[in-house]
Amino acid sequence: MDFTDTQDEAAFRQTAKQWIEANAPVHLAEPLTQSGFGSTRTGDLDPIAEAKRWQKTKADAGWACIQWPEAYGGRGASPIEQVIWNQEEGIYSKLTGTFIIGQGMCAPTLMAYASEDQKRHYLPKLASGEEIWCQLFSEPQGGSDLAGLRTRAEKDGDQWVINGQKIWTSGAHYSDYGILITRTDPEVAKHRGLTMFFLDMRSEGVEIRPIKQANGDSGFNEVFFTDVRIPDSQRLGGIGEGWKVALTTLMNERLAIGGGISTGFPEIKALVDTLPLASGQAIDDPAVRSKLADWYAKSAGLKNTGARAMSALSKGEIPGPENSIGKLVAGGMMQDIAKFALDLQGLGGLVTDPEIARSQAQLQAMLMRSPAVRIEGGTDQILRNIIAERVLGLPEDMRADKGLAFNQIPTSESK
Amino acid sequence: MNFDFSSEHRMIQEQVQRFLSDQSPLSVHRAVMEGEQLQASSVWKGMAEMGLQGTAIPEAYGGVGAGYLPLCLVAQELGAALAPVPFSSSVYLASEAIGLYGSDAQKENWLPKLANGELIGTFAVAENLAEITESHVSTAVKDGALNGTKLVVPHGLVADIAVVLASSADGLCLVVAPLDGVARKPVDVIDPTLAAATLDFENTPVEMLGAQGKGWSQFETVLHRAAVLFAFEQIGGASRALDMAVDYAKDRFAFGRPIGSFQALKHMMADMYVALKLAESNAYYAAWALENNAPDLHLAAATARVSATQASQLCARDNIQVHGGMGFTWAYDCHLFYRRANYLSVALGGLNRWEDRLIEALPGAAA
Ligand SMILES: Cc1cc2nc3c(=O)[nH]c(=O)nc-3n(C[C@H](O)[C@H](O)[C@H](O)COP(=O)(O)OP(=O)(O)OC[C@H]3O[C@@H](n4cnc5c(N)ncnc54)[C@H](O)[C@@H]3O)c2cc1C
Repeated sequence: MDFTDTQDEAAFRQTAKQWIEANAPVHLAEPLTQSGFGSTRTGDLDPIAEAKRWQKTKADAGWACIQWPEAYGGRGASPIEQVIWNQEEGIYSKLTGTFIIGQGMCAPTLMAYASEDQKRHYLPKLASGEEIWCQLFSEPQGGSDLAGLRTRAEKDGDQWVINGQKIWTSGAHYSDYGILITRTDPEVAKHRGLTMFFLDMRSEGVEIRPIKQANGDSGFNEVFFTDVRIPDSQRLGGIGEGWKVALTTLMNERLAIGGGISTGFPEIKALVDTLPLASGQAIDDPAVRSKLADWYAKSAGLKNTGARAMSALSKGEIPGPENSIGKLVAGGMMQDIAKFALDLQGLGGLVTDPEIARSQAQLQAMLMRSPAVRIEGGTDQILRNIIAERVLGLPEDMRADKGLAFNQIPTSESK
Repeated sequence: MNFDFSSEHRMIQEQVQRFLSDQSPLSVHRAVMEGEQLQASSVWKGMAEMGLQGTAIPEAYGGVGAGYLPLCLVAQELGAALAPVPFSSSVYLASEAIGLYGSDAQKENWLPKLANGELIGTFAVAENLAEITESHVSTAVKDGALNGTKLVVPHGLVADIAVVLASSADGLCLVVAPLDGVARKPVDVIDPTLAAATLDFENTPVEMLGAQGKGWSQFETVLHRAAVLFAFEQIGGASRALDMAVDYAKDRFAFGRPIGSFQALKHMMADMYVALKLAESNAYYAAWALENNAPDLHLAAATARVSATQASQLCARDNIQVHGGMGFTWAYDCHLFYRRANYLSVALGGLNRWEDRLIEALPGAAA
């Protein structure tokens, strides 16, 4: 066991640090530091354009998606080097949020199921941020019960014709491509009739409508498909094997969302260090200290759990369902922290104007964004099910749709 | 960087696990709990034959000199087995204190016998029903003689020597007290396998450990280091309690289905797993910090301690809930884990104290 850098690691860290010092967009450091959770602030500049610029700068120097093979736009770095890079990239990593879904979820799926030509064609531009990908999974009738999806794909020669609707698709409005899961056979059990594709988001028949979120932002969309044509060569995995392919994406999703996740600890610590209460300074209040210690222990636990996962990865072990804990712990924790901060500040805790409430406004933003963390990429309940069933080996839930063909399953319309 | 124990250390852990499952099954724990013996002395002897008490004691003082990493894994197995031996008091506390603050002569005198299990040590702190504080230590040493009462001394009934927190003319100090002539009374506690005693010191001749007046900071240092090892005992016990719950939930049927298929229970056990996993990871980091005397050892130890206490109390408690009425019987083993978890949670001061220590150790915190 060794939590310090080896000589090689120290050298790698030095190289990364020097490159970052010489090339990072220092003019964005200040607004990025003020970014509330779930948003990227870049002052007067367009956040997507700035994100793309930083990503391209990194890619040109071989610092984008460093764990990927060179042929796909990476530098073949080890998992530990990835950890080091993340530590050194620091505040600028807030600029990479735009690419998380594409690089963290779509890319591993492509790596596992696309042809060699396709990988060499699509992955480098995904790494460099020149092309953004989205994930077209959830549908109006259900996200947890993903395998109950209804978007149809029907074969026509060597093409597929897509009709249906996706929802909650993050970033669809600025994405170039998407991975899309569809139903190709409604007459077999729900998990068995699915097939995965990828498509150009500018294909004819794709219509994207932004959805305004509860926190006022518009990060996700509805996406409608009307007779959209996808060549069979853009199928990922076998016909009817879409569920297996989706699991690759979802496991990586939980790693990507849960891995370097924020927990809200630095924000609450900064607040209580300076906040006065009726009883004195907040940091001297026993109730505050008790909560703060609990949150520190949780965030340290997540960080150290992540480090152990990286060690396992570098020994060739495959990340398993135990990685579901990251998002589960962090989501609830952020919501608790934001609520606690609100309580401590009273009415001042309502102020969202960053000009008045500088660092505090981050906690206000967290209050409004954190409910989503407990839903996106698998709800808290679904994650607990996964831990219970796949880690602890407890029996599956009783299911009312077991053994039924998809088109025989009861729905809210049929009840 | 490598965030896992080496295969060599894992092998030691497996050996200890095999030994304990053979020699210290829960029936042995029960025999001690029900008063048949004060401690499992054959288990203690067997451990000594394996050199376990001396794992981290330097070879120069009769130990194995293998460091703290294997000792952490030994602790984890002891916690899982609920072994009724005075290991934590003797090894993590008494031997540690003497190793840290004893003179060469004291180390030569005490450590080899502690390392080979010939002597049992303990750590005597509490004096009344409240947690000890710096300004309320009434056991006092004067002219080399100790007077006063220590209320709940774990393993006090079987220990040969005690490291005692006492006051002196120059402030607090740690002293080593041989217990031959000291009056001891058994005291009933939640975990009856502790062989807990009240010790009455009456002009007991003692040796000073290190400088007088440094007692409180010495005490804090010993506690922080021991906290790492206690954390491993705690996660060992928590993990076994979770396993018990999961096994039971797969077997037991209600409403025509295994109770483990009810989400209320699945989610409860998922939460136990999450708490355990966080505690394990924090304990790993603290093990490394202890072995390397890292600058953030106090923060790492307090963090490990807070997480381990949370996980251990949660798993022990909800294991009972999963078992229903069966979980509340004397005959079933759930309460053994519940009792031990609650002892371990306060052994070095309760959760509140450790939350406070964690905040004190955070960089940049106002004192
Ligand atoms: C900010 C945000 C971004 C998102 N981005 C994307 C994206 O880019 N691409 C994409 O495909 N999707 C995306 N999603 C969708 C997300 O994956 C789904 O919202 C999520 O999986 C839940 O599905 P649902 O909304 O249909 O809720 P439902 O599945 O209807 O869940 C409603 C409630 O029922 C509970 N529930 C459901 N099933 C069970 C069960 N078996 N046991 C216990 N409780 C259960 C849930 O936990 C929840 O509390 C995003 C969502 C959010 C909030």
